[in-house]
Amino acid sequence: MSQAILPHAGGDTYATPSARTAGRSGIGWRVLVERREAAILVVAIALFVYFTVASANFLTVADLQNLSQFVGPVAVIGAGEVMLLVCAEVDLSAGTVFVFMPFVVYYANQDLGLPMLASIVVAVVVAGVVGALNGIITTSLNVPSFITTLGMLFALDGIMLVTSNAAQLTMPTVGTLSNVFGGYGWSEIIWSVVLVAIMYVVLNRTRFGMHTVAAGGNLVGASEAGVPVNRVKIWCFVICSALSGLIGIVDATRITVLDPGNPGTQEMFYAIAAAVIGGTALTGGSGTVIGAFVGAVVLGVLFVGLTIVGISANAFVLILGAAILGAMIANVQLARFAEKRKLPS
Amino acid sequence: MTTTDLHAARHDRSVAGEEILRTEGITKHFGPVVALRGVDMHLRRGEVLGLVGDNGAGKTTFVKILCGYQRPDAGKMFVEGQEVHFRSVSDSRAVGIETVYQDLALVPQLPVYKNLFLKREIVAGGRLGFLSDNKMRRLARQYLGDIKVNVPSVDAPVERLSGGQRQAIAVARATRSDVKILLLDEPLSAMGAKESALIIDLVRDLSKNRGVSIIVIDHNYAHIFELCDRVNVIHQGVVSFDKPVGDTSLEELTSYMVSEYRQEIMSGRAARQDG
Ligand SMILES: Nc1ncnc2c1ncn2[C@@H]1O[C@H](COP(=O)(O)OP(=O)(O)OP(=O)(O)O)[C@@H](O)[C@H]1O
Ligand SMILES: [Mg+2]
Repeated sequence: MSQAILPHAGGDTYATPSARTAGRSGIGWRVLVERREAAILVVAIALFVYFTVASANFLTVADLQNLSQFVGPVAVIGAGEVMLLVCAEVDLSAGTVFVFMPFVVYYANQDLGLPMLASIVVAVVVAGVVGALNGIITTSLNVPSFITTLGMLFALDGIMLVTSNAAQLTMPTVGTLSNVFGGYGWSEIIWSVVLVAIMYVVLNRTRFGMHTVAAGGNLVGASEAGVPVNRVKIWCFVICSALSGLIGIVDATRITVLDPGNPGTQEMFYAIAAAVIGGTALTGGSGTVIGAFVGAVVLGVLFVGLTIVGISANAFVLILGAAILGAMIANVQLARFAEKRKLPS
Repeated sequence: MTTTDLHAARHDRSVAGEEILRTEGITKHFGPVVALRGVDMHLRRGEVLGLVGDNGAGKTTFVKILCGYQRPDAGKMFVEGQEVHFRSVSDSRAVGIETVYQDLALVPQLPVYKNLFLKREIVAGGRLGFLSDNKMRRLARQYLGDIKVNVPSVDAPVERLSGGQRQAIAVARATRSDVKILLLDEPLSAMGAKESALIIDLVRDLSKNRGVSIIVIDHNYAHIFELCDRVNVIHQGVVSFDKPVGDTSLEELTSYMVSEYRQEIMSGRAARQDG
């Protein structure tokens, strides 16, 4: 018997999609079709152009630094959320870990007398343990992560308020180390670029990343194929939480004031918005950390741009909200448009 | 060779092979539902065993126990004479059991080649596990070509394949590695006649030339008679019928299934009248 199963019209049976799309519809379409990040990049550039035209002095070096300091934390927490969204989970407590871990650094350094570097390591490990708890409760007790991490959000906020007596603290600093961890104006964006690059490799180039997609794309099927889906998910919670804690420490070192009055929910929502605007599905099985980074840039450009254009503080939030929705809709529509151009394979 | 001769020949061969798999009294409950109430079954080396039964008879449950995805409530399993206790799919795979699940267990968003290598990835960098994508792509193309499975591209996400193509990928994944015992849960249900013929050829080749022992679940008795050396019927959670295909016929099997069904209705009526 020599006929092939499900013969495919045309001879190029094993042509890669890039080869065929390039041949038939050009490089531009290929990029838009194959890279989900491309659509949101178009939105980001459009916003950039808009603010440059609307305001003569958009993006001085100081603005750019402001932008980078907004983008840094959102992109890193966003990268963690992408890992979780890909395996069909979410972490609502990531923002609270982000604001609370600097307190842990403070307690370890000032109250326990640990050296600064050790204190930072301790805080990142504590963040990882918080993530592990989220993951274990979610997977072994079958609690939806939306609920697990909502509980964790309030619990951590409570611990933060109780341990600090609701009083502000000043982040301790020690020379070079503190410059690396946020003191230097551009350190936050450098951290975020490095961490996002690492997460890109983890998600797209490793067995762990592939198992993360499998767990979110078909939970039962992945475990039938032998993928240890619960362990994979728990590690994603650990990664998201540790990333959030680490970038929180960098952010707090820059700002120096530790404010227990901020529960970190805004940071968390920005991060999830950045992930979703960037093309990560809420349903699991697909996502992109690069997209989340560009999504964070879109939010940052809106944030900095609207401030510079001089929107009144009261209208600002409304416009930001509308703009987030607009960016999201533009992204989805662009992606759909690109999908239509995709040739049947 | 006539069909009967062929069956007889296969029957002889299967008698010759030593026993590779045996189960004794496998039971399984799901809450109040009793899926299996004591399955005794055996399989010889190189033998193809057909497993038939009504919807909900427990065939899939039995296969999932054999491959370690589910644990039985009671009963024993032996592979090559050794008692085994599988705690995961990896355990069963370690002794050479591969499964094509009824639900295929593919990840729609992942490309064909990653699905083929799911949980058997080729990696570099030790525990870091960097995927060797190009190597996997090449081997995937090569293997799919060898068994004449045609897909648009090994880079196409599985969600863009047809139902039959997906089944072919699932079968390819199970047969690619070194398999001793192959469990096929309705592998042909979405396939056209031509495609079915190819998979049937592949299964025959595996059993005849590579000595692979195979259990096939199929609701199409024609497939069973074409493919198998022996047929078992699972009815109400036990094996109620066990004959070499040479000693039975399509007619006997069909009328057996119908009579089981009639008996069930009668006893149901009787029970209601008693009660
Ligand atoms: N995970 C589960 N939880 C609860 N009940 C289950 C589960 N899996 C199977 N069952 C029940 O066990 C019985 C046997 O199901 P099984 O899937 O093994 O049947 P089957 O013989 O494969 O049927 P089919 O021919 O339709 O595939 C059914 O009554 C089913 O409802
Ligand atoms: Mg079944």
